[in-house]
Amino acid sequence: MKILTGNDLKSGAVTWWDGVQWSLHVADAVDVGDHADAILAREQAAQRVNAAYAIDAAKDAEGVRPAHIKDRIRALGPTVRADLTLKPADPEARDWVI
Amino acid sequence: MYKYDTYDQAMVDTRVEEFRDQVKRRLEGHLSEDHFKPLRLQNGLYLQLHAYMLRVAVPYGTLSSAQMRVLGDIADKYDRGYGHFTTRQNIQYNWIQLDQTPDLLAELAAVEMHAIQTSGNCIRNISSDQYAGAAADEIVDPRPYAELLRQWSSFHPEFLVLPRKFKIAVIASETDRAAMKLHDIGIRMIRNSAGELGAAFYVGGGMGRTPMIAPLIREFVPLDQLITYAEACLRVYNRYGRRDNKYKARIKILVHELGKDEYTRQVEEEFAHLLTQGIEPPVAELERIKAHFPDPAYDASAADTLDRSDPDFALWVDRNCAPHKQPGYMIATISLKPVGGIPGDASGDQMRLMADLGLEYSFDELRVTHAQNIVLPHVRKADLYALWQQLEAAGLGTANLDRIGDIIACPGLDYCSLANARSIPVAQKISERFATKEADLGEIKLKISGCINACGHHHAGHIGILGVDKKGTENYQLLLGGCEGDDTSLGTITGPGFSEDGIVDAIDKATDVYLAHKQGDERLLDTYRRIGMAPFKEAIYE
Repeated sequence: MKILTGNDLKSGAVTWWDGVQWSLHVADAVDVGDHADAILAREQAAQRVNAAYAIDAAKDAEGVRPAHIKDRIRALGPTVRADLTLKPADPEARDWVI
Repeated sequence: MYKYDTYDQAMVDTRVEEFRDQVKRRLEGHLSEDHFKPLRLQNGLYLQLHAYMLRVAVPYGTLSSAQMRVLGDIADKYDRGYGHFTTRQNIQYNWIQLDQTPDLLAELAAVEMHAIQTSGNCIRNISSDQYAGAAADEIVDPRPYAELLRQWSSFHPEFLVLPRKFKIAVIASETDRAAMKLHDIGIRMIRNSAGELGAAFYVGGGMGRTPMIAPLIREFVPLDQLITYAEACLRVYNRYGRRDNKYKARIKILVHELGKDEYTRQVEEEFAHLLTQGIEPPVAELERIKAHFPDPAYDASAADTLDRSDPDFALWVDRNCAPHKQPGYMIATISLKPVGGIPGDASGDQMRLMADLGLEYSFDELRVTHAQNIVLPHVRKADLYALWQQLEAAGLGTANLDRIGDIIACPGLDYCSLANARSIPVAQKISERFATKEADLGEIKLKISGCINACGHHHAGHIGILGVDKKGTENYQLLLGGCEGDDTSLGTITGPGFSEDGIVDAIDKATDVYLAHKQGDERLLDTYRRIGMAPFKEAIYE
């Protein structure tokens, strides 16, 4: 599947396109199929996202998982500071990244 | 240390307000990201993996206590409670919000700090010897000359859009503690046979994807021609450095392709021309700057002895303290490399504590080292024990300077958008694995980069690690034999790369080879240079 990711203009936080707006959680990301360029152009022009791009991902029972480790780290947070990730209480979150 | 005059302060304050307006226009939609990106980068604001990252300049690594305290306060107020000291003697904050950045910069400006020229193809923060002004082996304090170069290079209209970024280091000791020959320009302050002070120029060094050691292009530049000669070096580069290929745009490529002799000939020709133009700042300006760097008011009666009865303290002194030029004093290095910790990271509380300790014990001065540690340059021997006790209590008393656990590591893929692999977890595993073996291994400089840009200086590590992306998986190449000091050398890759755990095992085997072959007081680097790669390779890939 193709999903879209970028950063919030003001906070810089990593965001994911959920079909309506930009979510902080990769689990909300939707498959945009062939519409990536059109959505990116519209959303960036409206300043709802910054530095956005499309990536490959897969969806399984655990949810949406970006294909590349770099985007998985973006999705969770730094693997060396669990307290700063989106899942600070989940000891297995790091395993999902790697 | 240098204090801003009204002109310095006005420049920085004006820049803050200019950026405040640019941020406002960006947030209001009047500036696109394409237009805004170069503006924020000129103010040190990057967009990294998780958020905006701000890189703050620490000129030649020197900080006052008030400045360090503000850095700690910024960590808590604008970031997530910590900062990361870098191999450029700067500090980076990883979780900055765009709309808050102008206020942050205003707080920096209030203590004479900024983030200008910490990004972009310009002359970056000038680096220097972290022991400057204190080292027993220096001929002069190099910082006034670094400050003169800082003032010359700040907002220099001709050099704000160079072919590529440009890094200068200035030292004044025989011992090179600043990796001087691995800079675009390395300057060593020296005295000639007549006893006159001047500068030796090494040009065209660097790391990155094409590491090179800077050749000496001029043995002695008189002090009153220092800026003119630097200008000539930059002018030739600015004129002929490649702008068509960013991977060949650094000055090291130009010097290499022209050849040292031809590059030098062109610099000398430009230098001769510039001497007729009268661009050198008046000597009075250098004298004005030098007046900001007097020796502290040392206690001439300070005891030159130490009570070493506490063995943990004695170990810390032996490993983390260096001789001072003033009897009764030592230079103390605070390791930011606790076992299993993140190299170079310090919390807001730790920064404020270091600020307090700098004020109480080191004449209000601290230094950031390119090895990502903090130095208190002027500590009375009589105060060292009390200092160490406070550091210990705050998790800052690790006795591992220049040991295998004193690892330089870039932020890597945990933070950096350019990285191909994570650096920090590898550093953590190595420091944990070798914590008990460290004492037997002596001096080992281990450096890790998460990509070929080499921010972690892997080429210059006695042991170097380069993280690469191998078909979507992190892979780590091992290098041996690098060195950044007087005998600068570049490391050689041992062979095929390793997994995250495999690289730690490989280092274990390499250190076993060292211990098996070590003669006398040899360091791992010395043994490697004597016996060569073969025994290491055989053990690592057996």
